[in-house]
Amino acid sequence: MTIVYEKSKGLTDIPFHYCPGCTHGVIHKLVAEVLVELGVLDDAIGVAPVGCSVLAYNYFNCDMQEASHGRAPAVATGIKRVLPDNVVFSYQGDGDLASIGTAEIVHAAHRGEKITTIFVNNAIYGMTGGQMAPTTLVGQKATTAPFGRDEAHCGKPIKISEMLATIDGAKFVERVAVNTPANIRKAKKAIKRAFECQIQGKGFAIVEVLSTCPTNWGLTPVKALDWLQDNMIPYYPLQNFRNFEEVK
Amino acid sequence: MSKVLMKGNEAVGAAAIKAGCKYFFGYPITPQSELPEYMSKALPEAGGVFLQAESEVAAINMVYGAAGAGARVMTGSSSPGISLKQEGITYCAGAELPCVIVNMMRGGPGLGSIQPGQADYFQSTRGGGNGDYRTLVYAPASIQETVDYVMLAFDKADQYRNPVLILADGMIGQMMEAVEFKEAKKIDLPKKDWASTGTKGKRSRNIINSLYLEAEDLEAHNVRLEKKYKTIEENEVLYEAFGLEDAEVVCVAYGTTSRIVKTAIKQAEAKGIKVGMIRPITLWPFPYEAFKNINLNAKGMLAVEMSSGQLTDDVKIGIEGRLPVYFNGRTGGMIPTPESIVADIEKIAGGTK
Ligand SMILES: Cc1ncc(C[n+]2csc(CCOP(=O)(O)OP(=O)(O)O)c2C)c(N)n1
Ligand code: SF4
Repeated sequence: MTIVYEKSKGLTDIPFHYCPGCTHGVIHKLVAEVLVELGVLDDAIGVAPVGCSVLAYNYFNCDMQEASHGRAPAVATGIKRVLPDNVVFSYQGDGDLASIGTAEIVHAAHRGEKITTIFVNNAIYGMTGGQMAPTTLVGQKATTAPFGRDEAHCGKPIKISEMLATIDGAKFVERVAVNTPANIRKAKKAIKRAFECQIQGKGFAIVEVLSTCPTNWGLTPVKALDWLQDNMIPYYPLQNFRNFEEVK
Repeated sequence: MSKVLMKGNEAVGAAAIKAGCKYFFGYPITPQSELPEYMSKALPEAGGVFLQAESEVAAINMVYGAAGAGARVMTGSSSPGISLKQEGITYCAGAELPCVIVNMMRGGPGLGSIQPGQADYFQSTRGGGNGDYRTLVYAPASIQETVDYVMLAFDKADQYRNPVLILADGMIGQMMEAVEFKEAKKIDLPKKDWASTGTKGKRSRNIINSLYLEAEDLEAHNVRLEKKYKTIEENEVLYEAFGLEDAEVVCVAYGTTSRIVKTAIKQAEAKGIKVGMIRPITLWPFPYEAFKNINLNAKGMLAVEMSSGQLTDDVKIGIEGRLPVYFNGRTGGMIPTPESIVADIEKIAGGTK
């Protein structure tokens, strides 16, 4: 019998707790596959965030540390400075990375910290029940923006990849989405590059992954994929902003 | 070994390196900035890493990561910076990560002053961050003691898998005294086989965490922590005490203030008053046991501190209402004078306070 598909060894056998149709699961799978394909799973130390992926340490089949809200890049820095030959990554949501933890991510990038960050942008706070994130789109409703996000009141959604791409220490910056099979394939390539950037000792690497939150968007899983395509991608263009081989 | 003249903050750094500290994550704040300055030069020379973090919040979380990776690691700050570090300290306590945190206290609340203070007593001895946790707290009264207890702190942190605080005041950080770096007693320490260092394919995953979503699990974790704290309470209490059995007045003070009290006691004794003293060296666990030896015919207790009466609460707990407790304190960077302490001792002994 030929095996057509099997679960990555980079994941444990514990079932995900994510809502049906949530793309956190897809992103976990991609990261796990990349760690295995690059042969670094046994050397990897992941840092889990606060948010829906708070239990990521249960799923990745490698050593893990749980960080406080937003501080994963600082925790990863501590680990990497002690263990420079290991592969260290943080996995963070948009509330985690783009709100409470903005200082930590900017400065980890600025130092050129040799870590890899997987940044899951679903334009909302998932775990706490659908409050507005810094990445929530203008007009998008959230439990703390019941009339839709008002630019005059709280500004436009923050574009993290564009911002980090202005920082010299960030050697790999790419935004991808996981709403179609083609995009998922591209996302995996970007995640692989982001780990290669670390393995080759180039500097900080981040992949922003546009992700869905069917539960808090109030959409079916399929409609959520469409909503991502129609609303998020126009504002958050899929693009490579920095590719370490081209960075002088 | 011979003695060297050192500034308190630098002595902290030298002691840490001697104790095998390899990583320091810090952020400048007066009156402790000489500590990161010292480490930025001395640690690389000792084969370690100094990193200036972007904030105290980041610094303590770097400590968390490094401690979780199995390293001997330290951070230092002063009062407003320690407030920011409290988030990381409770996470370190929850995840049982050994690390050493130095607080060269200054006056507060808020931005306060840059003068010495002792008003972070509650914050340090009652947890300070969220949740049920404790940290061992050493309160040295000289630079020699600072050196000794910084070195001990690393061992105790590893022994109990717990953060350990050095609570000194700006005076200790800034003054110079002769110190000797003695060889520390070697104690058997547990292996750090829980650290996240990469499985290397040789063991199952290690997870550093303080999250317990099930109420039963978190309670079990807290009960286990509580047991550890009890063991610390039973084994780690340190204090200096004298003259308790026949004292008319018993003073309680720690750190720099205790030195002023000792001067005052000499002056009071010259006036014929018998004064005893308890000087806590560990603020948590607090030396309540010393209070059992106090002469109950004494007229009262006097707590002396550079705060509005935080140590005084523990003195009241210690004496359990058997004697009246009085307070002599200054705040904002002002320091209690021997004269004011002698005046209080006289009033207490004479029954007029
Ligand atoms: C200091 C602190 N503040 C607030 C929270 C509550 N909190 C938990 S998850 C979360 C939002 C996470 O949102 P995001 O990072 O976008 O992740 P998602 O749930 O969408 O995957 C918040 C505010 C917390 N745990 N800690
Ligand atoms: S709340 Fe949203 S982000 Fe969280 S698991 Fe459910 S769908 Fe995913």
